[in-house]
Amino acid sequence: MQDVRDALYIGHRSDGTLTRRPMSPHLQVYRFRLSMFLSIANRAAGVAAAAGSALGVCWLNAASKGPESFKKVQKVTRNPLGKLALAGWTLALVYHFVAGLRHLAWDAGYRFEKKQINEDGPVAVGVTVGATLVLVASIFGVAACRSRKKKAS
Amino acid sequence: MVEFSLPKNSTIGKGRTFPAAPGAKNVKPFRIYRWNPDDGANPVVDTYELDLDAIGPMVLDALIHIKNNVDTTLTFRRSCREGICGSCAMNIDGENTLACLKPIRDVKDAVSIYPLPHMPVVKDLVPDLNGAYAQLRSIEPWLKADTAPPPDSERRQSIEEREKLDGMWECILCFCCTTSCPSYWWNGDRYLGPATLLAAYRWIADSRDEHTGDRLDALEDPLKLYACRTIMNCTQTCPKGLNPAKAIARIKELQLERKV
Repeated sequence: MQDVRDALYIGHRSDGTLTRRPMSPHLQVYRFRLSMFLSIANRAAGVAAAAGSALGVCWLNAASKGPESFKKVQKVTRNPLGKLALAGWTLALVYHFVAGLRHLAWDAGYRFEKKQINEDGPVAVGVTVGATLVLVASIFGVAACRSRKKKAS
Repeated sequence: MVEFSLPKNSTIGKGRTFPAAPGAKNVKPFRIYRWNPDDGANPVVDTYELDLDAIGPMVLDALIHIKNNVDTTLTFRRSCREGICGSCAMNIDGENTLACLKPIRDVKDAVSIYPLPHMPVVKDLVPDLNGAYAQLRSIEPWLKADTAPPPDSERRQSIEEREKLDGMWECILCFCCTTSCPSYWWNGDRYLGPATLLAAYRWIADSRDEHTGDRLDALEDPLKLYACRTIMNCTQTCPKGLNPAKAIARIKELQLERKV
């Protein structure tokens, strides 16, 4: 669909002939405040969380097919890159959840004052980082304990 | 449409430098967006080195100083120079504000000045706001009532009813908020933008207005209203300290309330 704003880009020179007006810079010059970053990060986290969930389904599917295919998938999850992806998925899920809570509050009409917006942003970052670290540490901790037990037996 | 980069004719080149007078001690560079339809060239950023001891405290003082003493071709809008007309709205140091309310000393290093973002440029710092004005007109920002007012008096409001309009009647329609909004950048052909939605809520919240339902009907649209993603740039940037994001949220709440 054509953007109706296009009509406003037709300008005039001093002699009356037509010219095309430039568009003033936007992302190129606008200050990226935390509130703006957290908003776009929520979208990115939503996409990443969905993609991660698809990989999670692959993992479950492999587990249901039997030990052979499960071993193959384990190779991926035990790879450092796989571990990084798992950690990234956790981060995305946690942040998308935290940002979702903020949206819930906003939709109910709370925390809209400028001061509150600027207070809640750093809190959201802190909670996300903290919860992600705890989750990732416990997942990898449990995994490490199990593999050690297996080797011992 | 989402388009992160600027069109080919809009990319910004390097312009000229106007050095400060010799002997000036308190020098600050002002980097200002320039475009002249008669040049047939892309926009550039000119640098004006100004002696702060010779000019007033606000960014508008610097612009007027340039126009009067350095470069008479610099084009910008200004009128009241006290934050009530909304003419000198522009992007200063990365955020939209009124040049007359922005102290120069609040900006570290060079002061960069651009027109309001993602707008057609008429010349230099003057954007074409006709699209935004048309959108404002579309929400019919005036009192609409079918019943006649009392013959011997105006339409009365209680103190509490009048207080509901606080934080909205103060809007001077400078469109700093609307042009700070990424949703408006990408979907401004259909999304009404924060300034217009604040004006819409001002009339929805008015106890004397009798067309609240019609007003809500007109806004019940996936893009006109709901393209607001609570990015909050509007509230962060408003030079009058108003809260368009909250007004938009109130409209969304009312839409929901009348459905349940």
